[in-house]
Amino acid sequence: MIKDITLGQYFPGNTVLHRLDPRMKIILTVAYIVGVFLAKNMISFAAVAASAVLLVIISGISWKTIIKSMKPLIFIVAFTTFFNLFFTTGDVLLISFWRINIYLEGVVYSVMMILRISAMLVGTTILLTYTTSPIMLTDALERLLAPLRKIKLPVHEFSMMMTIALRFIPTLIEETDKIMSAQKARGADFESGSLMRRAKALVPILIPLFISAFRRADELATAMECRCYRGGDGRTRMTKLKYAARDFFAVLVMAAFIASVAALNMIPMGISL
Amino acid sequence: MNDPFIKVEKLNFSYSEDDGSDVEVLRDLDLTIERGSLVAVLGHNGSGKSTLAKLINLILTPTSGKIFVDGLEITKPDLSEDELFENRRNVGMVFQNPDNQLVATIVEEDIAFGPENLGVTPSEIRSRVDYALETVGMTEFARHSPHQLSGGQKQRVAIAGIIAMMPKCIIFDESTAMLDPSGRREVMDTIIRLNREFGITVLHITHYMNEAAMCDRVVVINDGRIELDGKPEEVFCHVSHLERIGLDVPQTVEVLNELKKSGLPVDIAKLSADDCADEIMKLFGDHK
Repeated sequence: MIKDITLGQYFPGNTVLHRLDPRMKIILTVAYIVGVFLAKNMISFAAVAASAVLLVIISGISWKTIIKSMKPLIFIVAFTTFFNLFFTTGDVLLISFWRINIYLEGVVYSVMMILRISAMLVGTTILLTYTTSPIMLTDALERLLAPLRKIKLPVHEFSMMMTIALRFIPTLIEETDKIMSAQKARGADFESGSLMRRAKALVPILIPLFISAFRRADELATAMECRCYRGGDGRTRMTKLKYAARDFFAVLVMAAFIASVAALNMIPMGISL
Repeated sequence: MNDPFIKVEKLNFSYSEDDGSDVEVLRDLDLTIERGSLVAVLGHNGSGKSTLAKLINLILTPTSGKIFVDGLEITKPDLSEDELFENRRNVGMVFQNPDNQLVATIVEEDIAFGPENLGVTPSEIRSRVDYALETVGMTEFARHSPHQLSGGQKQRVAIAGIIAMMPKCIIFDESTAMLDPSGRREVMDTIIRLNREFGITVLHITHYMNEAAMCDRVVVINDGRIELDGKPEEVFCHVSHLERIGLDVPQTVEVLNELKKSGLPVDIAKLSADDCADEIMKLFGDHK
């Protein structure tokens, strides 16, 4: 159960999205978020929704996975919906009882907000985490941030840390599982009692986990030294990143998307933000 | 055949305990490993066998003594950093825990880690990675992530990561200790193949006697000194000596030794099950 974390998970594949240059994908993701936030009226929001659906289809990732990945958003969505629904005033009154008035505008704003948040999440997860291997992602970040090395920022070290962290997440989760089982077998109880009691029950998990993490770090450092690791200087990479025609095509598609959202905003139709 | 690849002379290593007392791990150790040989190093926990491996790679620095690797004295005081890294490239090391030596989240990216550190050109890295994957038989897992693999497979990836650096020698520091029997067999087969087919000098540190029995030579270390050294058949004849320093002998030798103790005329130096069976059948020779 504890292993079913989809956040930050990569689904190997060979679609256009998988083959895009990861540096371009980072830039495109930022552009996509800008595009999503530009949308103001119902038609441009329809375009945003269509673009998110299109992204899911192109990526070849199942809807089940996408919907599962949106679960953590429920709270934020509920929160914004609540405020939009009950605190927006407008012209068309839909329901009115006691001191609560729900206007058509409130409903529309809620839907737009939900669309905006989900499109943003779908866009970033599909463009970045689901279709880009974590190592490609950190690699791309390292290269995009490379100019910052001039002002003595440890860009390579940062990306190495990211890679190792990503590499050890499943290992440490597995280990936590194991330690929890071991403690449960000895009668530990993590599920009942007050919050304080449950927090205290976690101590016998955290201590062995930390000790083992430090031991792992030590062994990993030795292994890396044995494989001639000596920092970022003089290091080459197996995968050389090169922009291909499809990357420029993707830029065009993204530019067209942003332009059409902006253009659709001009059409006076229905309620707009 | 007299071409030493590793030569260790009067090697001493000790470290200071927290209370200030010195702990001697290796004492005046002399050892020569021939180029292209497959040598098993045996010893119980704390005998100094892993320390020896780390000294050859200069992960640890000896207290005194000399180590020559491939003609280069790596213990000389003016050893340059390039020479140090050249030695680490030349002598690869595979450790016990497969999880704690894999750096990247994708198998082939991990194998590329070593060559990348060496500054090899991208196309050359690509061909080395493919070669290394094929050598350990993991080509179909190239795009997998390490946590999807079994212990034996992870250890083979770790070996591939070393092979990609094109070493002349690989030290296996109890690389089979954390694996299940099938994983152990996978790794052991790979080790033997590397030695037989690719001529890589192998130092296999282990405490599994049947693995040691597969090697050309067995070196037994106890208390920082070499106790026994020779062909497996010779070393495992010293049953009582091995037992005294806390080591077992392969099951075949154990069976034959018991027979011998009860007065039967058997040669106990039989390491494979078939040889052992033949030896026992000899006792029934008359009834054939």
